[in-house]
Amino acid sequence: MSQQYEPVIGLEVHLELHLPQKMFCSCPAEFGGEPNTQVCPVCLGLPGSLPVVNREGVLATIRAGLSLGCEIATFTKFDRKNYYYPDIPKGYQISQYDLPLCRKGSLTIDVNGKSKVVGITRVHLEEDTGKLAHVDDRNESWVDLNRAGIALVEIVTEPDMHSAEEAVAYLKELKAILSYLNISDCNMEEGSLRCEPNISVRPVGTSTLGTKTEIKNLNSFKVVLQSVQHEIHRQSAALSRGEEVAQETRLWDEAGQKTVAMRGKETAQDYRYFPEPDIPPLEISKEEIETARASLPTPPKERRKALVEKGIPDYNAEIIVRSQGYADYFEACLSTYNEPHKVSNLLIGGFLQELNQRGISEEDIPIPPEHTATYCRLSEEGGIGKAARKQVLAALFDTGKDPESLVKELGVSQVEDQDEIGKMVDQVIAENEAIASQVRGGKTSAIMALVGQTMKLSKGRANPQIVQEILKKKLEG
Amino acid sequence: MKREDVEHVAHLARIQLSEEELQTFGAQLESILGYMEKLGELNTDDVEPMPYAVDVKNAYRDNPDHSPLPRDAALKNAPQLDPEGKFFAVPKVIGEISPNQGKSGEAGS
Ligand SMILES: [Zn+2]
Repeated sequence: MSQQYEPVIGLEVHLELHLPQKMFCSCPAEFGGEPNTQVCPVCLGLPGSLPVVNREGVLATIRAGLSLGCEIATFTKFDRKNYYYPDIPKGYQISQYDLPLCRKGSLTIDVNGKSKVVGITRVHLEEDTGKLAHVDDRNESWVDLNRAGIALVEIVTEPDMHSAEEAVAYLKELKAILSYLNISDCNMEEGSLRCEPNISVRPVGTSTLGTKTEIKNLNSFKVVLQSVQHEIHRQSAALSRGEEVAQETRLWDEAGQKTVAMRGKETAQDYRYFPEPDIPPLEISKEEIETARASLPTPPKERRKALVEKGIPDYNAEIIVRSQGYADYFEACLSTYNEPHKVSNLLIGGFLQELNQRGISEEDIPIPPEHTATYCRLSEEGGIGKAARKQVLAALFDTGKDPESLVKELGVSQVEDQDEIGKMVDQVIAENEAIASQVRGGKTSAIMALVGQTMKLSKGRANPQIVQEILKKKLEG
Repeated sequence: MKREDVEHVAHLARIQLSEEELQTFGAQLESILGYMEKLGELNTDDVEPMPYAVDVKNAYRDNPDHSPLPRDAALKNAPQLDPEGKFFAVPKVIGEISPNQGKSGEAGS
């Protein structure tokens, strides 16, 4: 039997903080913007400028650390990480080395019904770099320093994960927790949440860590899953052929569906960290830590638990609590229509589809929750014919009007009137005498065909229960 | 001091040294490091590391907004710009690795 390999995975996540200002200067910290218009002597690294700490960045990092169960340092400092690259104008990045703001936390993930604790080694604060555009035909790179100096939080795990699924579960849970804190957009596509897995494999049963590689530039959960799976496979195959795994940085090649080594020579990294002499150290008081702790929202995991206790299926709850705004919206709907399970079905089904199709964020829903709740009640209680539900929902998004008036305007209310339905049933019986006589003769299951015909005749508006009752009365006596 | 060490330090500083300079600076570095070694003779087992010489703490910024520089001013001393004058232009760096951003993010869009 061939040798089995066990993957060992750690994750480094960078989170760009969404603060009004940059970390060490007062430049606006907005996403995008015309190139090089959100810069000043400090973030350009001009001689004579001095960085000064943005308190909000420190508080946001403490909140992130606390929500991951970290210990918060009472004494912390910044350090210079030295390297030359055009995205970092000073020739060093202000970061934290041996005294990070937060350390020793953990996060619990659930994979395939099993709980697992992932250790958090550290959470520290640093500054983001600028962006480069490579212009091939000119053999130039163009530098935009708008992003340089924006507050960036780095979250590093222990190598505690052993499958790509665990890595993704960690990332999803981390993203949910962080997005509840309202400190970042947490958007992988736009790069405000960046994930770099490091992966090694070792023969099952051994405990020494193998040589690890790191994958960069992954901008979705899907790509994280695929690239980690591929990298595990690639390394295991190399080892079983007797080859060695090189310590290197790799990228995901979407077209080839594989990881590839980054071009260019990788010299051993030597950042020569030393304490940032321009920034005095920080003492974090107990009061500051407790104030930050008191400001933490109910974490997604607890909200999920509370929803499940209300009788909502796990799956529904998981989707609803992915975003704090959506969980709040759900609760708000319940105060108009207190049917948790039914409302949750709507919010993970047709309603979510409308949001996605229209590109509306779950945090920013333009429909008042009362309207959504009323729509749900009308659908469930028969106020809207089944066939018209999608139409009314779309109209709700188009107009924002209350669903009761919409149902009237669109003329799609469900037909409940016994006489009206009775007439339709008579017509269907007359047109389907053969089936009707089967039912009269005792073949009761055939009645469903007649229900279907009546629904069709009513253009989906008749209440199917009433249709069935009247048919039974007329045919079975 | 080993020749590779001098070359490594020169590479980290992105400077090119001639054979002669390698010798000269190697010797100088050697003597500086030797001087610093003296500190190692002190017993510092019970002494807390002191990263700062000045006794200042918690210098937070509470100044209100200040405007960023106008782009013209920000780019004024750049050796080279893109044709539209929006970016700093530098020799192409693709293939090298940005320690922080991997392949490095795309600027503009
Ligand atoms: Zn600035």
